[in-house]
Amino acid sequence: MKNHDFRAQLHWLPCCEHWSQQIKDIENEEDDARAWLLFVALANTQLDFVQLNRVDRMLARRFGTNPPAGLATVPVRLAVVGSSTLGHLFPAIRLAGLRRGLWVTIYEGEYGQYVHELADPASDLYDFKPTAVLIALDAYHATRGLGASSSLAEADQAVDEMIDTLAGCWRSARHAKIDIIQQTILPSLPAVLGANEHRLPGSRARMVRKLNNRLREAADAEGVDLLAVDTVAADKGIRTWHDPTLWLRAKQDVSPLVSPTYGDLVGRLLAARQGRSFKCLVLDLDNTLWGGVIGDDGLDGIVIGQGSAMGEAFLDLQSYALALAKRGIILAVCSKNDEDNALAPFERHPDMLLRRSDIACFVANWDDKPSNIRRISQELNIGVDSIVFVDDNPFERNLVRAELPMVAVPEISEDPAFVVQAIADAGYFEGVTVTEEDRERTEQYQANAQRAKLHEQATDLSSYLASLEMQLSWKHFDDLGLSRITQLINKTNQFNLTTRRYSEEQVRALIGDANAVTLQLRLRDRFGDNGIIGILIGKLDGEDLVIDTWLMSCRVLKRRVEEASLLLLAEAARAKGAKRLIGDYIPTAKNGMVKDHYPRLGFGELESDAGGTRWAVALDDVRVEDVPMIFVKEL
Amino acid sequence: MNEAALYEKLNDMFRDFFSDDSISLQADTTANDIQGWDSLNHLNLLIAIESEFGFRFQTSEIERLTNVGDLVAAIQKKVEV
Repeated sequence: MKNHDFRAQLHWLPCCEHWSQQIKDIENEEDDARAWLLFVALANTQLDFVQLNRVDRMLARRFGTNPPAGLATVPVRLAVVGSSTLGHLFPAIRLAGLRRGLWVTIYEGEYGQYVHELADPASDLYDFKPTAVLIALDAYHATRGLGASSSLAEADQAVDEMIDTLAGCWRSARHAKIDIIQQTILPSLPAVLGANEHRLPGSRARMVRKLNNRLREAADAEGVDLLAVDTVAADKGIRTWHDPTLWLRAKQDVSPLVSPTYGDLVGRLLAARQGRSFKCLVLDLDNTLWGGVIGDDGLDGIVIGQGSAMGEAFLDLQSYALALAKRGIILAVCSKNDEDNALAPFERHPDMLLRRSDIACFVANWDDKPSNIRRISQELNIGVDSIVFVDDNPFERNLVRAELPMVAVPEISEDPAFVVQAIADAGYFEGVTVTEEDRERTEQYQANAQRAKLHEQATDLSSYLASLEMQLSWKHFDDLGLSRITQLINKTNQFNLTTRRYSEEQVRALIGDANAVTLQLRLRDRFGDNGIIGILIGKLDGEDLVIDTWLMSCRVLKRRVEEASLLLLAEAARAKGAKRLIGDYIPTAKNGMVKDHYPRLGFGELESDAGGTRWAVALDDVRVEDVPMIFVKEL
Repeated sequence: MNEAALYEKLNDMFRDFFSDDSISLQADTTANDIQGWDSLNHLNLLIAIESEFGFRFQTSEIERLTNVGDLVAAIQKKVEV
């Protein structure tokens, strides 16, 4: 078997074994929906930029400018603006979208005209109606305000001016409610002084470094996401990213050879903004989380811990998994083992970093892994397509890929030293914000498991719910909750009546809107705080309050929170003078569970067409029997 | 690599690059004969060739290429040395 080359483009994807055949299969597939799946599968193999080009053209020939019908994701319209040649990167960006089931349409800005295009509401850029803009500047352009003999004051001023220019661009885009991705500056310029380049005020290389530092502060302050090509190029080698001859020949700042990686970096940010980053890391045990086989080698025979290179390599993976868990990624175990054997290291091995309490769902048995991964997704109430599965065994990896193509299964080296690198480079868990709820996620899933146990003990549902001692606290949208509210709006797929996605800017605009009713709901019970679990947005239309958005976290299903929420909404609607509630159900591939949400709550059907169903209930007719929780208005 | 094998390899690359399985390269094939072979794609194509064969064209060499025959000759010079 070929050694795993972690320097290759997209090295975490399996090699494309049957390129010509797969191309033919797609050409011959008559059904569009099936062709789309074949495209997605092909995009999830390791393709170079020529192959990406080809698939991109086939995609355009097949579907033209419109996404195939019935896609579960929101189409992305991306405007790419900058100061160098960028078109050679577009196929890789579109294919990175395809890899995640996203349809990406790209508008290319006029060469070097980004300031004017973003400032002018009548420009072609705004005419394109982008949902996101990527601003990609090269080092030559970004440092053009600097002279070789500039003083320190002049150099500082050049940095300030560039940052001000960009901040102006961001504000224009934000005003138009467009998500913004700012590329950091690729540090392509040679040093003039050397290792102590920072002591030369007129150095353009120094200015690039300064700009990149300032960009990070400014982007955080302005709610802009960064495409950090500077750190990636530092990791992979700046000379593979930027080739001076290509810059001279074609003004390409980023080499086409690395476009597969570049495109994926963009694609994962776009996916993260749609809440489509992966959520759960499922780990195999033997020879993945420790060396050896616990069932054969026993507790004192497995390799884990300080003192040997192998033991430390496994420890590195555990430590990385733990760090992921701390920022909100759910950890699970899927192992072919007797459960007692599998649990022993977590409970009794002194060198294990991961403990049983870090694992939200622990499955060890002799069933096949695809079935067990499905089980994990059900127990945790998350989509199978939000799972990343790491296993050292190529047989298991291929089996899971074949049975569950929507699960991400990284190709990993047999050497455990490179496993963390593969997971990190793949960017599965790309995040754009860190909320308090993220940090507490594992505890919340743990508490859920405890609730399930209590449920088994309680004899009937109502006494079970009463025993939970639930407390539903609510408030209108506010600045504090903004990032979590936006996150939920963009990532909730199942319990989501309309699946409307809004940017943070759009959500912020609702806070002061007198015609809008907004609610953020938090649920606590005797096992802990579930965090913000429900978001409702209503818009006043005469005497009707139209429910624009109603979504809830699946963690709190079957606990009558829906009815409790209806009471709160009805009260807020009355306060605005409304007489009736109108609710829409817009079906997607994922929200079938709420098809009967409104009739269950006593709404009557108003109208129905292919786009969805509209329901209504007079506020006087809202009836909810005693809900098993107390209400608290949060300040 | 002999000339026939080189043509075959290039033909495969061109077919992928221009997404056109009807391409059949001859020595006198020029950019006018292949849809999509514009100046930017020309440069990207050369990068793909450089990467595939593991050498670099010099900037001056690129400017002298007028048809596929020139390209093949340039590659042969690099690969055989």
